[in-house]
Amino acid sequence: MKNRTKLPNIYLGVVMAVLYLPIVLVVIYSFNESKISSVWGGFSLKWYETLFKDRAMFEALGNSLVLALCSSLGAAIIGTLGAYGFTRVKLRSKSVVEYISMLPIMIPEIILGMVFMTFFSLIGLPFGMTTLILAHTTFCVPYVYMLVKARLVGMDKSLGEAARDLGASEARVFFDITLPLLVPAILSGMLLSFAMSLDDVIISIFVTGVNVNTLPIKVYTQIKTGVTPEINALCTLMLGVTILLVVLSNVLGKIGKPKAGKHHKQTGELCGPGQTQ
Amino acid sequence: MKTPSVPLKKKKRSSVWVTLIPLYLFTLLFVAGPLVYMFVLSFQTRAEVWGVVNQFTLDNYKNILQPVYLNTFVESFKLAITSTLLICAIGYPFGYFMAKLSPAWKKRVMLLLMIPFWTSSLIRLYGWIIIFRANGTLDKLLMGLGLTDSPLKLLYTYPAVVVGMVYALLQFMILAVYSSAEKMDWSLVEAARDLGATPLKAFLTVTLKLTLPGLLSGVILTFIPSMGLFFIADILGGNKVVLVGSLIQDQLMKAHNWPFAAALSVVLMILTSLMISLYKRITHTTELEGIL
Repeated sequence: MKNRTKLPNIYLGVVMAVLYLPIVLVVIYSFNESKISSVWGGFSLKWYETLFKDRAMFEALGNSLVLALCSSLGAAIIGTLGAYGFTRVKLRSKSVVEYISMLPIMIPEIILGMVFMTFFSLIGLPFGMTTLILAHTTFCVPYVYMLVKARLVGMDKSLGEAARDLGASEARVFFDITLPLLVPAILSGMLLSFAMSLDDVIISIFVTGVNVNTLPIKVYTQIKTGVTPEINALCTLMLGVTILLVVLSNVLGKIGKPKAGKHHKQTGELCGPGQTQ
Repeated sequence: MKTPSVPLKKKKRSSVWVTLIPLYLFTLLFVAGPLVYMFVLSFQTRAEVWGVVNQFTLDNYKNILQPVYLNTFVESFKLAITSTLLICAIGYPFGYFMAKLSPAWKKRVMLLLMIPFWTSSLIRLYGWIIIFRANGTLDKLLMGLGLTDSPLKLLYTYPAVVVGMVYALLQFMILAVYSSAEKMDWSLVEAARDLGATPLKAFLTVTLKLTLPGLLSGVILTFIPSMGLFFIADILGGNKVVLVGSLIQDQLMKAHNWPFAAALSVVLMILTSLMISLYKRITHTTELEGIL
């Protein structure tokens, strides 16, 4: 019995180690004194210094944060209202519109980037923050929509009905009863959207303006043109933020009923019965 | 508790439909609109100098059949298949074993998986540059072990791109497989074993069948992006590996041949939809396992 359970665990451990290897290396080399990342020149914080003096990098970070915030907020509003509306109103166009609105996470990013770029230029929108926000909101809506919809399906409808029977208006029912119950799902969706937006390279490259850089675009061009250890430092800091976010989403998950964050990728679905170990 | 479903008030006068306006507007304007335009654009003619002329043509599609471009499709497909197979081979056992862990360990492993998943894909790729670079970590290790005498110069090679793809997309497979293995009724496997099936037979006839939706969903979630993730090919492959995605990007940004880029996208889109509908046909589901 013992032997049978050991091998899988070793396998899990090895894959996990490989998964973390590149990340760990980036962190280690961010403290490397030497500029050549294959040579260890002793511990140093100088790349962090360089990083903090890099104005353009901070500007890109600022852009990215604004972008992620705006698009996750936009997606939260559109996705939540949309998911709610569809549970309350029967429309013949529902399935078609739902299908189309989910397309952005089904089709390859490269196509999305391409269609946004050509479409924005067709309607004459100047490329820059506006186009970035519009594009990112579009691909964030499905995340919020799906999480909120999943929550709505499992929700007790009688609460809203009771309120309506007692004379509450639609708006009142939504804001006083439904919305508070949806908050964890909306937050999860926003967090997911935020992360997706913050990480996006492909779509951003197509819809950004000449003088607007997001952090991933900046990192991408830097990695392409030549490696500076400054990127290591940046990556380490971003990693720190990521870990913080994951922990935060886990805490959120413990407070709110459904688990927050990307956990929904799997646990959002109901666990099947009879899981014998 | 059966309440008579006779509405006291007229439901038709409900104003809830207002909440659908943003979604409808956004979907039609920024999803359907651009996609329709892509389709239209793919039949238009490229202008001499800049832009597009509104003249119907099939040349863009004929263009794809040119050996250079057709070859890109074939190569990109090969790369996608290679990466997807590797991802299956690595990810399926992972998801499967993970689903068999105790609940406490499941949580821990999930958390450990989430961190790389949430980490910027660029950061993670960058780590591979450090590993693959000439005299990088891998070379040092292999030379230290006496397996090679000189640096392998793995960076900017085909294998490097494959590793990058596998690494970037592996989690999708793991989560998809895990999500279906988690839901699986393990007592069915026990039943099969009780009835005399060998472990292998029980796995093939019960487990594999029940986790097939997850596996296939994982295949789609990895295969489709792996044709478009041009920045991986760019960073780890130099100019040596050209994906359909890289081709589209080049045509848009460098060659400024938008109609051709549109035609390429339409073809890629059709291939993608074919795969998804095939998935739905096989599994009889409408939603991909493991996506949310």
